[in-house]
Parts: sequence; structure tokens; C-alpha cells
Amino acid sequence: MMWITMGPQHPFSHGLWTLKVKADGEIIVDAEPVIGYLHRGWEKECENRTYPLIIPMADRLCYSASMTWAHVYCKVVEEAIGIELTDRAMYLRVVADEICRIQSHLMWLAAMGTDLGNLTIFLWALREREFFLDLNVKLCGQRLTTNYPRIGGVRNDMPYYFERDCLRVVKRFEKALWEIIGLTDESAIFLSRMRGIGFISRKDAANYGLTGPSMRGCGVDFDIRRDDPYCNYDLLDWEVAVCNDGDAYGRYKVRIEEMFQSCEIIKQAMAKLESIPKTDPTRIKVPRNVPEGTHFARLEDPRGESLMYLVSDGTDKPYRLKVRSPIFVNVSAAKHMVKGVRVADIPAIMGTIDMCLGEADR
Amino acid sequence: MLDGLLNWVSFSNPMDNPFYAYGDVYNLPYDIGYKIWELIGGTLAWLLNLLFPDNGVSSFLVSDAVMNALAIVLMAVVIFAVAFIINLTMIWEERKVLGRMMDRRATRIGPLGYFQNLSDGLKTFLKENIMPAKADKMGYMWALSIVIGSSVLIACMIPLSDRWFIVDYGTGLLIIFALFAIAPFTILVAGWAQNNKYSLIGGMRAAAQLISYEVPMLIVFASVALMAGSFNINEIVHAQAETMWYILPLFLGFVVFMVAAIAEAERIPFDLPEAEAELVEGWQTEYSGMKWGLIMLGDYFRGYVACALGAIMFLGGWMLPGIGAGPVPELVFLLKVFLLFFIFIWVRAAHCRVRTDQILNIGWKILLPLSVINLIIVILIKMTGDMPWDMVIGLIPWDSIRGVIPWQ
Repeated sequence: MMWITMGPQHPFSHGLWTLKVKADGEIIVDAEPVIGYLHRGWEKECENRTYPLIIPMADRLCYSASMTWAHVYCKVVEEAIGIELTDRAMYLRVVADEICRIQSHLMWLAAMGTDLGNLTIFLWALREREFFLDLNVKLCGQRLTTNYPRIGGVRNDMPYYFERDCLRVVKRFEKALWEIIGLTDESAIFLSRMRGIGFISRKDAANYGLTGPSMRGCGVDFDIRRDDPYCNYDLLDWEVAVCNDGDAYGRYKVRIEEMFQSCEIIKQAMAKLESIPKTDPTRIKVPRNVPEGTHFARLEDPRGESLMYLVSDGTDKPYRLKVRSPIFVNVSAAKHMVKGVRVADIPAIMGTIDMCLGEADR
Repeated sequence: MLDGLLNWVSFSNPMDNPFYAYGDVYNLPYDIGYKIWELIGGTLAWLLNLLFPDNGVSSFLVSDAVMNALAIVLMAVVIFAVAFIINLTMIWEERKVLGRMMDRRATRIGPLGYFQNLSDGLKTFLKENIMPAKADKMGYMWALSIVIGSSVLIACMIPLSDRWFIVDYGTGLLIIFALFAIAPFTILVAGWAQNNKYSLIGGMRAAAQLISYEVPMLIVFASVALMAGSFNINEIVHAQAETMWYILPLFLGFVVFMVAAIAEAERIPFDLPEAEAELVEGWQTEYSGMKWGLIMLGDYFRGYVACALGAIMFLGGWMLPGIGAGPVPELVFLLKVFLLFFIFIWVRAAHCRVRTDQILNIGWKILLPLSVINLIIVILIKMTGDMPWDMVIGLIPWDSIRGVIPWQ
């Protein structure tokens, strides 16, 4: 029996965190995740900034889910002020969010490939991701830290030919993803590595507070986009990806299916945008100060349920802004997931959690 | 005067050399080494003779015994240099093919990116030489030396053709295999001596994996030796030239051999000992700088040996059907080696890494029975004189189905 400290500088930990495992030979009998290496006082820093200035900071919460984090921040402030967005702004946010979701899942798939030792998955997934980052550049001028949502709408309307480019990329991606699936689902080795490890039941998932693909991977049919709809998600026709397996393969399945569903959502949102007149404003004016009170807003992040809790004191700066990060909660289930598996399974299991330390440590 | 000296010692036919080490078999590396020393030693002797006429050293330098001894030393250098260049070419091939398969740019330095390996090797030379303070120094250095040394040794023992070899030994396959099997023990020692948990686990994995994959590999060796009637590499190749490539009757053995060879060369999907996702670099974790570079080189030497053995045992070595040895048999042999290595690369690009228990299951539960079946096939071939397809055709009851098939 020995304790092995994996991290914070370790190839399997995507970001700075440590997983201490107690191994009996190759079998793991105990584990303990340690996070906090990337704590930078995000919440405290927000208290010294006016509301619009926090949007670019929200981008920095997670490098591959910047759009949704800025979105959830804008959403909580909008709810505090009590304004409704225009349809055009809503659909633009939907498109931006789904582009963000696809590129985030592709980043996860790429990291999963290196965790399992297949660099081809890594490079092919990143190749596909480039197209979506290019879409980000066209829409917002930035690849990762997009700074696109604004309180009361979005920064700008679609540029010329964005709709054409977006639909082209999506159409191409729906084919290209099958190419990558050929490397994963059709490989017996991949299946044998992913199946039957990191199992977590529905009950345990609820007790640990898992959200997002990790939760849907064990059969919980819940998605905020459908069950607590925002931004007209309820007007679009799409399905929640659920897998009953509960193991690493189930979480993989859910993310792959979500990418296909996101493509579907982008196409429909583009069609809706077509029907809305271009004169519809993408952004409405909002007051500088937020009325006193407490509010929270949540939405479906690529990694789970991201929630922000805002306490405002009537000034132009938040009194308190609390972030509920999905990864901060999901990683607490690591101990439960890795117990009883082998050391070689740790990257496969932890890979399916899709770590992002920026948001977990804040 | 130089001409005179050279004429004095030069044999137009190396077999005329009374000290010729290879009897009546022509050895090209020896000849090259001999010619090199003729040039260097002859020039040296001529210069000395100019400066100090009639000294004893000049004639000693070009005497038969000295020429012969130095030719053997230079022959070893030539064979190692060629094996080294083959190795670099294989690394280059892997990088280019992997780059193409992964849809990215591969190496870009030099013509077709060939010089990338040289620059990488130079880079590892420039790194600081680090040894962990709490490492077991004896085990740390000796294990490294033996792993690299045995890998280089077996790579140099692979004959490229009838005329390119070191020793034409009767137990060729067995000796190569015995040297191949040294590595697991030293890797175990290396993993322990580094005083690092990752390398310890990696060393244990390497020992378990390499030892369990040696068993099916050895049975495949035995079946090929039985088929050819000899362990001698030359005779195995010539036996295939006389009948057919053994990949046809022994396809099962070929598949078993390739899987086991990938495991023995510690390549993806069987690179558990150095699984970088969970074990950082496995048993090589604490070997940094030039030591790491040499280990990588040794890994590719082992990969080369595995591919070369595959080409010798199953693809007819340096012979081509209908043509025979041809003018440059070494090139034919190397092409076959690179072809087999391409399969290694292909597998690496397409597959993930398997798990510790799975790799042992594959070895003991699948490959071992298959290799035994392969051995039984060889025994049947030797007993009946029929090839497998003859046996299958013979098993069909032609007389009883004669009326059933309408066109008969």
C-alpha cells in the first residue's frame, strides 16, 4: 500500500490539481482530490468592479466555456434589473453558447484521447475545434475569451456571411465527428478501456451533486435548457442526451450526443434568426445601478450547472457575487469513482469529468 | 610509394587474406572495414616511411595480422553505423507517417524532415545530466547500460543479407531472443533503483508484460524453426526462398508475432510501462537528458529488431520470389522491415493504450493458445507434407457432395 500523489504537475491532470491515491499494487483503495492551486480571488475581485467590467472576468473562469460563463453572469444581472431580452439577442446567445459547447466538448475529447494514449483523437478533435474557434473569431473577434454577451443583449449582431459560414461548419462537423467516432466507438480497445470503470449510480450522483454530462451519463434525465428554459431554448426542437450506463463510457456517450444536438440547435436557431427582422435590437439599454436584492441565475454549462448568486446593494458594484462551479462539485465524486479501479483507469475516469480548474478554484 | 604499399597488402579478393575471419563466405562489412583501414593505415604507414625510412612501425601497421584485427574493429563500427542509420530512418518514417495520419505537419528540418532526429539527438546531448539524489546509483546506471547495450547488440546482430552479418551463428534466432529477454529484469531493477513510485509501478508493469509476451513469441520462433528445420537465420531465409514465404502457411503465427512484437517493443497500444497519462514516463521517469535519448534510441532498436525478425521469419528476409537475392539484397530486406514498421505505426495511430490486466489477459488467454495452434499447424505440415489449404480442401468430402453441387 502506498500513497501516490498525482499532480499538480502531472500529465493526467488537465490543470493544476492533485489526486492523491492509495494504491494496493495496481488497485486503488482510497483517493483524495486536492484543488485550490489556481485560486485567484475571483469573487472578491468582482466586488471592486462595476457590473459591465465583470463580463471579461467571467470569460476567464474557464478557458473553453467562456461564452456560457459570461452568459450566466449577464443573466443574473438581467434578472436583478428585471429586463427581458429581445428575441434576436436570445437566439444569438443560443448560437454562441452552442458553438462554445461544441468546442468545449471537442477540447474534452482531445484531452480524452491523450489520456488514453491515442494522439490521433487529440489532433483530429482539435482540428475540428479550430473551425468553431474561427466562428468565434468571426462573431466576437476572439478565439477563447470571447467577451460577447452584454447585460441586456449581446455586443454585436452577426457579421456578414456569418450564417453561411456557421451552417457550413456545422454541416461539415456532423460528418467529421463520425470520423472521430470511428477511432473511438469502433475500437475494441477504446471500449474496453471506457466500459465498466468509474461507475456512479443515480443515487450517488444526486448525493454528490453531480450535474451536466456526468449526471446525464448515469441516467438522470435533466437539462436546464429544457427543464428551466432560458433564451427560447424551449421553442427549439432538440433532445436531451441521456445514457443509462453510469460509467466512463456513459459520460463519453452523452458528450458525443450533445455535440450532435448542439449542431441541431445551431441550425434551428439560425433559421429563427432568419425570420426575425434585422432591425430588432440585439442589445437594450440598462440602468447603471442594480436595485437592492439577491438573485441567482443558472444555465447549462458544457460541464454542468453553472450558477451565480448575486447580492446587490443598489450601487453599480455587486456586494457579493458567488459562483457555483460544476467542476468544483463534480470533482468531489472522484473519490467515489476511482475506488476499486486500477491506476491505469485514473486518466480515463478523470478525463470524463472534464476538469477545468479556472472555474473550480476561482 | 603509396601504390606500392597498398599493392603490398591489398587483396583484390578478401578471401585471399590468410586471416580472413569468415572462411569461404564473403562479408561486405569486413571488406569495407578492410578498405577503410587500407586507406587510413596505408596512408599512415606511407607518411611514417617518408619521415623515418625503413622503420618497423610502417610495416607493422600494414601487416596482415594488424590489418585483419583493425578490419574487424572497423567492421563493428560500420555495422553499428548502418544499424544506427536504419534506426534514425525508422524514427523518421514514424514521424512522417504519424504526421500524415494525424493530419498535421511532421518533421520539417532538412530534406523531407530527415535531419530532425539529428537535431533532437544533439538537443539531448546538451541537456543537464541529472541523477536523483536518493537513487541507487549502481542499479540506476547499470540497468540503463544493460538495457541500451542489449538493444544495440541485438540490432547489430540482425543480418541484412547473406553478405552483411557479424557472425553466421547456428542458433541465430535463439541468441537474438535470449538477448531480447535480458531487458525485463534490468527494467525491473531500473524502476526500483530510481526511488520513484511511478517508475516502480512502470518497472513492475514492464517486467510482467515483457515476460508474459515472450512465451507466445518463443513458441512462434519454435514453429518457424521447425518449419525451416534450423535456427540459423540464413537457412530460414533460404528455406523460404525454396518453398514460399512463411506468412502464407503460418499467417496465424505472423499475427501472433506482430502483436507480441509490439508488446515487446513497448509501443502503443501496449506501452503500459511508460504510460505517460498516469505514470508520467513509467520506468524512464527519472532518466533525463541524454539518458532518456539513449533509452528512446534503444526502444527503436528493439522495434527494428522486432520488424527485422518478422521480415526474416515470415516475409522471406532479403529474398524475393522469382528473383532471389538480387543485386542489393540489403535494400529489399530494409524495405520489408519498413513495411512491417508501417504496421506498427498504423496500429499506434489507430488505437488507445490497453490496461494492465487486459494486456496480460491478451497475452496468456489469446496469444498463447493461438501460438500453440500455430505450432500444431507446423507439426501437421511437417508430418503430412501438405500445406494448410491442402488440408482444408482435403477435409471437404468431395465424393458425398458431388451430386449436390450442380456444376460438377
